[in-house]
Amino acid sequence: MQQFYVFVKKEFYHIFRDKKSLLIIFALPIAQMLIFGFALTNEIKNTEIAILDGAHDEASQALIAQFEASKYFEIKKTITTTAEADMAFKADEIKLALIIPPNFKAELAHSNSARIQILADATDPNTATTLEVYAGAIVRDYQNGITNNYRLPYSITAEIRMLYNPQLKGAYLFVPGVMGMILLLISAMMTSISIVREKELNTMEIILASPLKPIILILSKAVPYMVISLINVSTILIISVTLLDLPIHGSLMLVMGVSFLFITTALSLGLMISNITDSQQTAMFISLMGLMLPTLILSGFMFPIENMPYPMQLLSNIVPTKWFFIIIKDVMIKGLGFASVWKEIAILFGMTLLFLGISWKKFKMRLE
Amino acid sequence: MLLVILRKEFQQIRRNPAILRIIFMMPAVQLLILPLAADYEVKNVNLCIVDQDHSTYSQLLFNKLGASDYFIIKDVANSYDEALKTIEKDEADIILTIPPHFEKDLIRESEAKLSLAVNAVNGAKGNIGASYAINIINEYNQEIRKEWFTLPAFNPVPIIDVTYSNWYNEGMSYTLFMVPGILVILLTLVGSFLAALNIVHEKEVGTIEQINVSPIKKYQFILGKLIPFWVIGFIVLTIGLLISRFVYGIIPEGNVGLIYLFAAVYLLALLGIGLLISTIAESQQQAMFISFFFMLIFILMGGLYTSIDSMPYWAQVITRFNPVRYFIEVMRMIVMKDSSISDMRNQLLIIGIMAVVFNTWAVLVYRKRV
Repeated sequence: MQQFYVFVKKEFYHIFRDKKSLLIIFALPIAQMLIFGFALTNEIKNTEIAILDGAHDEASQALIAQFEASKYFEIKKTITTTAEADMAFKADEIKLALIIPPNFKAELAHSNSARIQILADATDPNTATTLEVYAGAIVRDYQNGITNNYRLPYSITAEIRMLYNPQLKGAYLFVPGVMGMILLLISAMMTSISIVREKELNTMEIILASPLKPIILILSKAVPYMVISLINVSTILIISVTLLDLPIHGSLMLVMGVSFLFITTALSLGLMISNITDSQQTAMFISLMGLMLPTLILSGFMFPIENMPYPMQLLSNIVPTKWFFIIIKDVMIKGLGFASVWKEIAILFGMTLLFLGISWKKFKMRLE
Repeated sequence: MLLVILRKEFQQIRRNPAILRIIFMMPAVQLLILPLAADYEVKNVNLCIVDQDHSTYSQLLFNKLGASDYFIIKDVANSYDEALKTIEKDEADIILTIPPHFEKDLIRESEAKLSLAVNAVNGAKGNIGASYAINIINEYNQEIRKEWFTLPAFNPVPIIDVTYSNWYNEGMSYTLFMVPGILVILLTLVGSFLAALNIVHEKEVGTIEQINVSPIKKYQFILGKLIPFWVIGFIVLTIGLLISRFVYGIIPEGNVGLIYLFAAVYLLALLGIGLLISTIAESQQQAMFISFFFMLIFILMGGLYTSIDSMPYWAQVITRFNPVRYFIEVMRMIVMKDSSISDMRNQLLIIGIMAVVFNTWAVLVYRKRV
């Protein structure tokens, strides 16, 4: 135990000596959390569109006014031909074009049916679908506005309630996701070079010559980073709740406990990388390049996991952030308790043990 | 003199085959796997139905929803509370409650109510799912009306028929959109990261002193560092384009030469940023964290994952300084829209300025002192 204590102290010295790195480690998650927390959202806001008004009558003006009033769209330009829409799409000026045919009002009044065309720039199919649904809803609202005083028999009305997030805020989805991603990457990056650096700088020999057990060495590397990560978790949580309006409907203790478990998982992942690589560059390359995109894409906050092909759904199970994201979402936003998330917690715990086990097995007492 | 440095740099890279393997393998593997997962289309919305009516009509609505491509009837519950459990467990996305006397109300009172409870943690997805459900309920409503009275030949109320056209990507293919985007990101990661670690590595190992005492000029040193990574960047880009051609079957509508032209300037800008970080950082760890910080901002705010239009104004201003944003725009223009070089001249100009600024900055900051 005395040995362990001494080694932890040594590691602390190492870290605190390098003030610049320390500052970066603390400031980085705060800055990222603030930027991404506000900037990343799948809400549709102020999308620039073009309008081709072939009718120029009261009905078309009224419909255009509805689009103008909507917070989803902003009319960037009015055009006269679809060829102009093509040009505007190609220059990336607009994402959607609304085409109102000539005689819009007359047709609506006489035959009670009119046709409207919506053109979308589907180079980004995700956004295109969403925009089409939103634009369709505005047209439907407009139509309901005219038919208001006429009631059809046998009408079914559907009441809609949006659970957990009535204002449909993007933050409820993205803040927990970004939180998991930043915590995982920073924690894993910190420890990923811890052991391999000693190999590179040849200080490893001295340590190996000491009577220290490998597992003590590995753990003592992790402890100081755990303290740092705990501070990071706290600041990130405070920012999420105070500035980014993320609710905590469940137990705060549970959120803290899970975050603690999650950083342990991430730190052990870093230690494992550090033990299986032989240069700092390789270790960093793996922990940054290898982890960044998979955590981003497979953890479920950018792309719903249920949409993925089955093999990808299976693959997503090995991404620790996926489980953290599920737990945080369930506890903080849905307000569920331990009973609903114990399975995910057990998986994170299992992963941690696995990573530490591999680190311990791969740790070499000899240098080549 | 430059040739000598170049030979040294290439030799140094060749001597470490492990990292070289990772440089080429990791992007290739990720490009093969990740685009498959990046599908945001709202489909397979899971429904949990609470049928308290158990009538012919509620059964009809059942069938109608089950037959639709968008919905999967995941579960049938006896009460709303029971159904709520399925949403809590993320097994269902929408609960449809058919209240008691639904059929009776519809026939006798001529109006009936249904209620939808939507899991809106993902707001956009919830909204789209609800919209699909409303459409199907409206269709179903129309069918029932037809049973009870013959609708007049023309519509009794004004109906606006909306048709949607998806330009440039009629099949709404997600790979067509994601593959080029992910390729840009991988290229960005490889390029800037390698450059960022390079000079600082020489500082850590101490070999930089030897270079400092040699008669090499500052700009020669920076160029010598830059060119090998520039070449590696081109190899990664080519591997990526080959994968998108032969694995995903993506044939650019526009001129592939334009992609290379833009990439040439883009890589210069990116490597400039990397080298700048490398000259400023004191250790590889610092370089890694700083480049991680910028990379994540570049990647997440590049317009591939969430639309730039949805960001608050200050964030949109940040994206104007984001090289990834411009390359993704250009990729989409060339691959899908067949835009010409004049359509992309703004992007090219901005990236060109970035390349000049960052590389000059790196040369100026680099001091021949430790």
